[in-house]
Amino acid sequence: MANPLEVASHAVHLARRAGAEQCDVLAVQYDESNVTVRLGELEKLVEAGSRSLGLRVINGGRTAICSTSDFSEASLERLAREAVELANISEPDDCAGLPDAGLFARPGADGLQLYDERLGDLTVTEKVRMATAAESAAMAFDPRITNSDGASLSTRAGEVALANSLGFAASYPSTSVSLTVEVMADDAEGKKRNAYWYSAERSLHRLADPEEVGRIAARRAVDQLGARKMPSRQVPVVFEPMMAAALMRDVASVADGGALYRGATFLKGREGDQLGSGLVTITDDPTAPGRMGSRPFDGEGVVTRPVTLFDGGRFNAFLFDAYTARRTGRVTTGSAHRGVESLPAPGSSNLVFQPGETPPDEIVAGVKDGLYLTALIGFGFNATTGDFSRGAGGFWIEDGRIAFPVTEVNISSTLPRMLTNIDATGSDLTWFGSVATPTVRISEMTVSGL
Amino acid sequence: MPNPTTAAPEFFSDRYGLDSAVMSSLLSTALSHGGDFAELFFEHRTNSAITWEDQHVKSASRNVAQGVGIRVVKGDAIGYAYTESLELEAMRQAAGTAARIGNDPERPRPIDATPQLRNITYYSADEPLTDIPARDKVALLERADRAARAYDPSIARVDASIGDELKYVMVARSDGRIVGDVQPLIRINVSALSDRDGSRQTARSGGGGRLGMDYFDQVTPEDLARDVARQAVLLQDAAEAPAGTIPVVLAAGDSGILLHEAIGHGLEADFNRKGTSNYSGRVGELVASPLVTVIDDGTIPNSRGSINIDDEGNETGRNTLIENGVLRGYLQDEMSSRHFNVKPSGSGRRQSFKDYIMPRMTNTLMLAGESNPEDIVRSVPFGIYAIAFSGGQVNISNGDFVFSVTEAYLIEDGKITRPIRNVNLIGNGPDVLGKVSMVGSDYKLSDGRWMCGKEGQSVPVGVGLPTVLISGMTVGGTKLG
Repeated sequence: MANPLEVASHAVHLARRAGAEQCDVLAVQYDESNVTVRLGELEKLVEAGSRSLGLRVINGGRTAICSTSDFSEASLERLAREAVELANISEPDDCAGLPDAGLFARPGADGLQLYDERLGDLTVTEKVRMATAAESAAMAFDPRITNSDGASLSTRAGEVALANSLGFAASYPSTSVSLTVEVMADDAEGKKRNAYWYSAERSLHRLADPEEVGRIAARRAVDQLGARKMPSRQVPVVFEPMMAAALMRDVASVADGGALYRGATFLKGREGDQLGSGLVTITDDPTAPGRMGSRPFDGEGVVTRPVTLFDGGRFNAFLFDAYTARRTGRVTTGSAHRGVESLPAPGSSNLVFQPGETPPDEIVAGVKDGLYLTALIGFGFNATTGDFSRGAGGFWIEDGRIAFPVTEVNISSTLPRMLTNIDATGSDLTWFGSVATPTVRISEMTVSGL
Repeated sequence: MPNPTTAAPEFFSDRYGLDSAVMSSLLSTALSHGGDFAELFFEHRTNSAITWEDQHVKSASRNVAQGVGIRVVKGDAIGYAYTESLELEAMRQAAGTAARIGNDPERPRPIDATPQLRNITYYSADEPLTDIPARDKVALLERADRAARAYDPSIARVDASIGDELKYVMVARSDGRIVGDVQPLIRINVSALSDRDGSRQTARSGGGGRLGMDYFDQVTPEDLARDVARQAVLLQDAAEAPAGTIPVVLAAGDSGILLHEAIGHGLEADFNRKGTSNYSGRVGELVASPLVTVIDDGTIPNSRGSINIDDEGNETGRNTLIENGVLRGYLQDEMSSRHFNVKPSGSGRRQSFKDYIMPRMTNTLMLAGESNPEDIVRSVPFGIYAIAFSGGQVNISNGDFVFSVTEAYLIEDGKITRPIRNVNLIGNGPDVLGKVSMVGSDYKLSDGRWMCGKEGQSVPVGVGLPTVLISGMTVGGTKLG
């Protein structure tokens, strides 16, 4: 079979011949595997290969997207005709169009270390051994761990290719490997306390030690035994690094050029304003070597570069693709994300919250009465207003020390207030896939409970 | 009218030459290493969407995907492979890969599979939206836009989309059955932005189901648009929500999502087979207030969660999960039903041919009770009345859940008073089911807009509920009493 780059370039040619003024094609091919072990037995073995292709046509500012997984000549010709026809349904939009040609990435070595050839040599037996090691370590960690939801080792190796009618054509290979474990402990009255932990990396040598992943999952489950509700009150909330990472996704959603032109973000019109405490410096960095969100070019072929979203609390920039940049009179930041079935839209790559110098223990020690947050549940964030309200769990802090586990509470505030109230950032920068965050303390939030 | 159980096998036979002999031979390969059971799941999906932004059609799309997923079961373990190519060689290779879950030396086992006919259907794919001219769909979006703007001068922007899907599926099983289905699905979304002197509020809603243009005979684009505009405007004047544990009245319809999340997932048999659900080993026990009867019903005509057959080829049904507070059973797929030694409940579902089967909900509902809904509200001195939700999440192991409420009001002295915003409901499923103290006579099925996620796989579902009083539930607001 032809490789994705050849297929993408050929599909551009066919679309041009069918009458497309401007077009681009994203072609994706990958092999994936998953091995799941539960209570020491192999439970699931998945191996498969996949490919698909999406064609975007822009004729006189009218946009259409068509996709297929059938790469035969007849299918690609039909796809080209359909996309050109479909574009007639749309209405002309001056802002629609490919990025300016000067912005495209230049082919060549990018040094991003996205591909690990050794992953292909990993046998099913080795994958089973790694998953088993993680689960066994979790089960052996504490006698109160009574059950397992299994341990999973997943791999993926593939190629992403993009070609367009302005002559851009490039591709890059990438791999990923992840290991996840979930175990549970039984609490009084039979309530189950479950917890998971994971590691996800581009290369095998960076994957966390399976036994360590298992032990962390087990410790997090056991630590929640005896968790109770708390009365409602206003207190400081300390976000462990993984919870600060969850918060970063909300930050990315309001610094989105799409939300900007739709008026659906409270950051509209606030570029250059001091909106957070001086500790808030957040960068989106698609060029970090070996990271899950790294890539040499974006979903439209634009070269990627780091963008500082917040700089010492000052809101600096939104993330744009070509369309949202034109709509708002800016330049694309190379942040277009796209699947074969969808139009490009801006999004983050690797979000990095700049760490501070305070050891995390000291951040907790500075709290007399407050919540140490280790779990968030639900989707209670409104980008238009910044209202934030989510279910929460973790530990209560009394006189600077972790006192007891807490469950079934809710934390609420608004994102602007939360950014302003960040009064400590830890020295413990930790990566979770494509987000890196330290411990972060917010001086006051509403905790709802009893 | 073509019967979907015959239309699907004919479709795959005509287009890809997939006849009984080919499928029998692939099943034979799948079981060649000693698997207990194998199945082939063929899928051909076409979906179209038109996106409307701020008084213009922004884009149109059409996607076609096809492939086969092959599963081999050996004891409690599964081997799985899929391919997008329906060429014999690619399918045979996938069957060989899935077969490896069995450890026996290679020994082909003859299978003789034949198509089965079924005469009941819960929806018709006679006039799918996929075949309707695009300009007719655009007209619906224009109507929605006009109606939302006309509702209030503060409506500054309306976005909308209309999407439709037509899915042919066919399941060939090593027990010799071949069954098929043709599943239409439509969905319309509308969102409105209210801008009042720089104060911006957005609201979203939508509807749909397993039908075609006839959906708009029941619900017009204007109905949806006016409702979403009303919600956006309402939020402008909404007060901060209270924080603490207070009575909550769930309005009929949409609130069923709470039942789906808080209870439904814990009753899926895979979690119970593994002992990882709160409801494991509790069939026959009182797990809810005696006022509570919960059903999962895949047979509601044209509902978003309905399916003629599940993705393992079993017939869907009306399954009683909780009856008068007593746990009666779980949602079963093939693997779990063998474990529990019960009949499959037609609950085996998957997002696509690339994904493995799990027990899933279809349309999950609580049956009506005897209370007058107005009396339910009148009985509450101070609490909240929740009408519309944007989504929720549950921890299946222990039933802890959170829901975001997009339209809610305070109840003061038995009367619905001010709208409130930024409302979360936090609780524990089994705990909350025990606190159901009144159930209304006004059962209502929610309009078809819900999508259920589990282990990364999304499937369309329906939900329904009568008005229900929960005597105490944590409201995550910002205003301390």
